[in-house]
Amino acid sequence: MPEAHAAYDSKVEGNVIFTRVDAAINWMRKNSLWPMPMGLACCAIELMAAGASRFDIARFGAEVMRFSPRQSDVMIVAGTVTYKMALAVKRIWDQMPEPKWCIAMGACASSGGMYRSYAVLQGIDQLLPVDVYISGCPPRPEALLEGLMKLQRKIDGEQALSEQKRVLIEAFS
Amino acid sequence: MPLLDSITALEGKFSLLGKHEFRGETTLTVQREDIAAICRFCKESLGFDYLIDITSVDNFGEEPRFEIVYELSSIATNEHLRLKLSVSEDEPAVASVTGIWPTANWHEREIFDMMGIGFTGHPDLRRILMWEGYPYFPLRKDFPLAGKPSDVPEVAFTKAAPLEGGPFVTLPTTATTKDREPRARRIED
Repeated sequence: MPEAHAAYDSKVEGNVIFTRVDAAINWMRKNSLWPMPMGLACCAIELMAAGASRFDIARFGAEVMRFSPRQSDVMIVAGTVTYKMALAVKRIWDQMPEPKWCIAMGACASSGGMYRSYAVLQGIDQLLPVDVYISGCPPRPEALLEGLMKLQRKIDGEQALSEQKRVLIEAFS
Repeated sequence: MPLLDSITALEGKFSLLGKHEFRGETTLTVQREDIAAICRFCKESLGFDYLIDITSVDNFGEEPRFEIVYELSSIATNEHLRLKLSVSEDEPAVASVTGIWPTANWHEREIFDMMGIGFTGHPDLRRILMWEGYPYFPLRKDFPLAGKPSDVPEVAFTKAAPLEGGPFVTLPTTATTKDREPRARRIED
């Protein structure tokens, strides 16, 4: 393996940084999380508040609400998931390209909340993998932002290249 | 037309099973077979142009088991009349009043969905809240609060919810909030 080396060049000085590919990928991913706003109940109101100027989710690069799952990175399940809606949420999740994450926002999406009933799915984690659970009924926008920052820290610790591009690594090693 | 005159007119035209008045609200119990004719008469001759709601009651363990309640109102005179009829479990069907008040369409679909009572002559009697193929009627008294497992592939599934000893109910008491707060209680407690 050749030694990492950058020749001194006054023209590019200051425009070159050294990092690991993992770190660079993670840094890009965590600062441009495009949410899929799965607003199903009152949590969606707080989600909208988090997107507006007072709380301003854009400070964390997650202001680009995509209403197409194919352009989204993180699904924010905000609200009560009824059984009637459950498989539709699952289908939208399946349409999101990897890598993807999921935030269960509020008591209902996390556990069914106060709806211990025949009609409500008892937590979206029964259908899809949840990365961050946010408590509250509904959570305040600050809590959503805290959850988002938790997710950013989680992404920062991922081995982006070795976990998701195993085929590439094997081909070039 | 004043409400008293309306009731007199109804009593003269149809054989009613009962009349009950409580705090200025009149409830007439009618025969199941008459409901379409009574409703048409109420709308066209008595001026009850607004159907507020149709609801159903499950008197589980009694016979006839179900009751259907029609809430009639007049926009012009602001009068309110309640009609009740009984439906047995063996033949859970009533004539639809969709042709009289179009708003009855969704009300009757909801009763069909939640209580399992059919409406003859309804133009579009499908479930309205649950999905086609769901095998139960959730608002019947013998249906558990937690629900029952079911599965319609590609459409929806249900599981029984964990009640953890519940349902959780409050007690009407003047004692402390600790005594009042929602807890798992049996009926005998």
